Amino acid sequence: MTLREIKELLQAEIIYGENQLEEEIELAGASDLMSDVLAFGQPGILLLTGLTNAQSVRTANISDVKAIVYVRGKKPDKEAIEIAKEKKIPIFSTKFMMYKACGLLYSHGLSGVSELNK
Amino acid sequence: MGNENKLSKNFEIEGRDFSKAGTASTKIKEILKEIGIDSSVVRRAAIAAYEAEMNVVMYANKGKLTLIITPEQIHLKLEDKGQGIKDIKLAMQEGFSTATDEMREMGFGAGMGLPNIKRNSDKFEISSTPGQGTSLNIIFYLNHKGKK
Repeated sequence: MTLREIKELLQAEIIYGENQLEEEIELAGASDLMSDVLAFGQPGILLLTGLTNAQSVRTANISDVKAIVYVRGKKPDKEAIEIAKEKKIPIFSTKFMMYKACGLLYSHGLSGVSELNK
Repeated sequence: MGNENKLSKNFEIEGRDFSKAGTASTKIKEILKEIGIDSSVVRRAAIAAYEAEMNVVMYANKGKLTLIITPEQIHLKLEDKGQGIKDIKLAMQEGFSTATDEMREMGFGAGMGLPNIKRNSDKFEISSTPGQGTSLNIIFYLNHKGKK
C-alpha cells in the first residue's frame, strides 16, 4: 500500500513528506510505547502512535520506521517535525482514533508486524 | 591491530536531559551507515545504543558511550555514574521496571530496555555497583559470527 493510499484511507493531513507519497508500505504497527516499537518493530513499517514528542521520531529513525501516523488528531511537537524533516520520515495526522485507524488499514490489506513473525 | 583500522568516538550523555535523549545514538547510526555497515547490523546496533542511552537519561546522573569500530566488530561501551542496579538478574527480566510517570510519558520504561539490548547484540556484558554506576559492553560481530 502506498503512503498516498494510507493518507486517503485515514483522511490524514500531511505534516511532512508530500514528495514521498508513492513509497510502498508492507507492514504496520501501532503503539504509544516506544520501548515496544524498539523491541517488536520491523524495518520499513508504518508506525501509528499517539505519542507526539521528539522521542516518537527519534525512535522511528533508530528502528528504520518508514513513516508515522499520529492518531486522534494529534500533532507532533516542533522538535519532532524538525527531526522528521532532517531524517526524511513522512509524518501524518489522522482524526481517527487508534482502533479505527488500524482497523481501516488492516481491512484494506495492510498486515501487522506480528504476521511477519508467524 | 594498528590504529589505522580502528575508529573510536565518545559521546557524553546527561542524566534527566530528556530533550537531548537519543541524539548520541542517532549520531552513532549515521556513522555506521556512512562507513557502509550492513543495514541490519546498523539497525541492531542503533537500537541497542538508543536503549542504553535512554537508560542513562532515565536513571543515571551522567554517562559516557564509546563507539569503537574495528574490521571485526562494533563495540559499544557504556559507563555511567548513578544509582546503579541492585539486582541485575531482575533488571534483565522483560517487563521489570522501576520507571517513573515522567519516563512512561516519554514512551519508555516498559522494562524492555536491557533485554532488548541483549537480544540485538552478539555479545552482552553488564556489571553494576549500586550507588556508583553501571557498565555495559555490547558487541556486534561484522563477520559470520554475527546475527542475521
